[in-house]
Amino acid sequence: MIMGLESWTLARPEIFLLAVTALLLIWGVVRGESATTFVSLATSAALIVTAVLMFAPYREGTAFGTLFIVDRLTSTMKVLVLVGSAVAILMSRAYFEDVKAWRFEYPLLVALASVGMMLMISANDLMALYVGLELQSLALYVVAAFQRDNVRSTEAGLKYFVLGSVASGMLLFGASLIYGFCGSTAFVQISRALLEGKGGEIGTVIGLVFVVAGLAFKCAAVPFHMWTPDVYEGAPTPVTALFAVAPKVAAISLLVSVLMGPFKPLFDQWQQIVVVAAVLSIAWGAFAAIRQTNIKRLMAYSSINNVGYILLGLASGSEKGIQAVVFYLAIYVVMTLGTFAIILLMKRRGVMVEGVNDLAGLARSQPMMALALLVFMFSLAGVPPLAGFWGKLYVFIAAIEAKLYTAAVIGILSSVVASYYYLRIVKVMYFDEPAEMLDRLPFSVNRAVALASAVVIALFSLAPQPLSLAAAAAAKGLFP
Amino acid sequence: MIGLGQYLFVAGVLFTLGILGIFLNRKNVIVLLMCVELMLLAVNINLVAFSIFQGNVVGQVFAMLVLTVAAAEAAIGLAILVVYFRNRGTIEVEDIDALKG
Repeated sequence: MIMGLESWTLARPEIFLLAVTALLLIWGVVRGESATTFVSLATSAALIVTAVLMFAPYREGTAFGTLFIVDRLTSTMKVLVLVGSAVAILMSRAYFEDVKAWRFEYPLLVALASVGMMLMISANDLMALYVGLELQSLALYVVAAFQRDNVRSTEAGLKYFVLGSVASGMLLFGASLIYGFCGSTAFVQISRALLEGKGGEIGTVIGLVFVVAGLAFKCAAVPFHMWTPDVYEGAPTPVTALFAVAPKVAAISLLVSVLMGPFKPLFDQWQQIVVVAAVLSIAWGAFAAIRQTNIKRLMAYSSINNVGYILLGLASGSEKGIQAVVFYLAIYVVMTLGTFAIILLMKRRGVMVEGVNDLAGLARSQPMMALALLVFMFSLAGVPPLAGFWGKLYVFIAAIEAKLYTAAVIGILSSVVASYYYLRIVKVMYFDEPAEMLDRLPFSVNRAVALASAVVIALFSLAPQPLSLAAAAAAKGLFP
Repeated sequence: MIGLGQYLFVAGVLFTLGILGIFLNRKNVIVLLMCVELMLLAVNINLVAFSIFQGNVVGQVFAMLVLTVAAAEAAIGLAILVVYFRNRGTIEVEDIDALKG
């Protein structure tokens, strides 16, 4: 098989990012710790340039045989991943300098994980899927344990590693069964085998269940969520911000392209699994968060809850459902980055604090930050006219059109429960007497990210059209 | 005569042992790493057996990839374990409890 120039052109964003990462790694090794700030800025810039490269000029097609696919959906998801990673790197400096772990490997590992996520999103073959997923996971295990002299960070890394490896093993076992019963690892061939009724045996279905379980783990859907609260709490806060955004987008994108691509003929079988996972995630994410006092842990449950809504969109299996998935993900990324930007600003006497109660009196000491956090919490709770409301609305419309009435009702009721703990944060900020105020910090990247995201979320209703159109265009590719 | 079914059975048993080992093990994190390897090896048996009985080579290529990635995974796992041991001085599974809620 000849790999034509076309393949390299389609994969140029990935190749560019990988090359820049390799060069910066050499630069970092030669110059040592003093290069860290330069390396991190250059990595963020490279991530943004990669996103631009995808659209200048925009191309679609499959590359390297059928291993790699580029279309509207993959490009949109990649933009979310790249922006999320770039912002997460920019936000991390102050934190890591504080704990004396500002080393140049961090941005480079995040960039490598981003390459892995891009490969995952573009995977069009079980082998490509596996290699991309592992490139992402291996880099992220290290990143979780990056604060290597800290018990909690290393424990988070260890837990993430063990449970992540189990998930990879399950995914791989499923992939081997699918390969065995369908006769190929290429998505196109699997789809053909299933349409001809060849691979419709129980073996394929069991394989599919294992693959879905592995991917559900990666995007933290119940019942494969048990690692999430521990890892989110233990990992350094900028890493938690990254985890809540980029890998989640990549895993959900992969779930969409696997289920809506080769396994569309088995829709009736997988729909039940996805609906159950969605409902459980929504409910568990809402109820278990109520008694959390650590804000990072609370955000972990909030992310489980949000993944549930996204899976509900996927479970409807319609063009509208996929549009809702993309739309919700984009809003989720902005809300989450903004919230974590504020969590990263929570300091008292120069020490980072993570308790919900530590936010008491924020409205008096830093009114702008309190207002921004209020916007994010209302948006996460789904209060109109903030952006989060539109995301939920799209998901519920898709679910109701697909006749998933029970799931939609449970979703709406759980969102009422979830608003309790979002509003509790607002109450603590505005009405509780602080024991001691949080530090006033000078203007920083985090403050800029928080304010910019808050403005986007608050004013989203004025111009929802561009995002809605982009999501529709992305979903269209799956329904020829 | 050993058929495809027998190979799949062995792989299934190994895979189940790996999973059970991870969830029942209360002793040592190293055992967890061994269980993960066991799962991956079960997958390799599956892949190679399917590849032979279908007469296409894709499964064997996949198995090579799995081997390579498994090596990298073990390296990273052990590295994290060493870092953790330096902080805590123990790798007993029951002692991994700093994070709870």
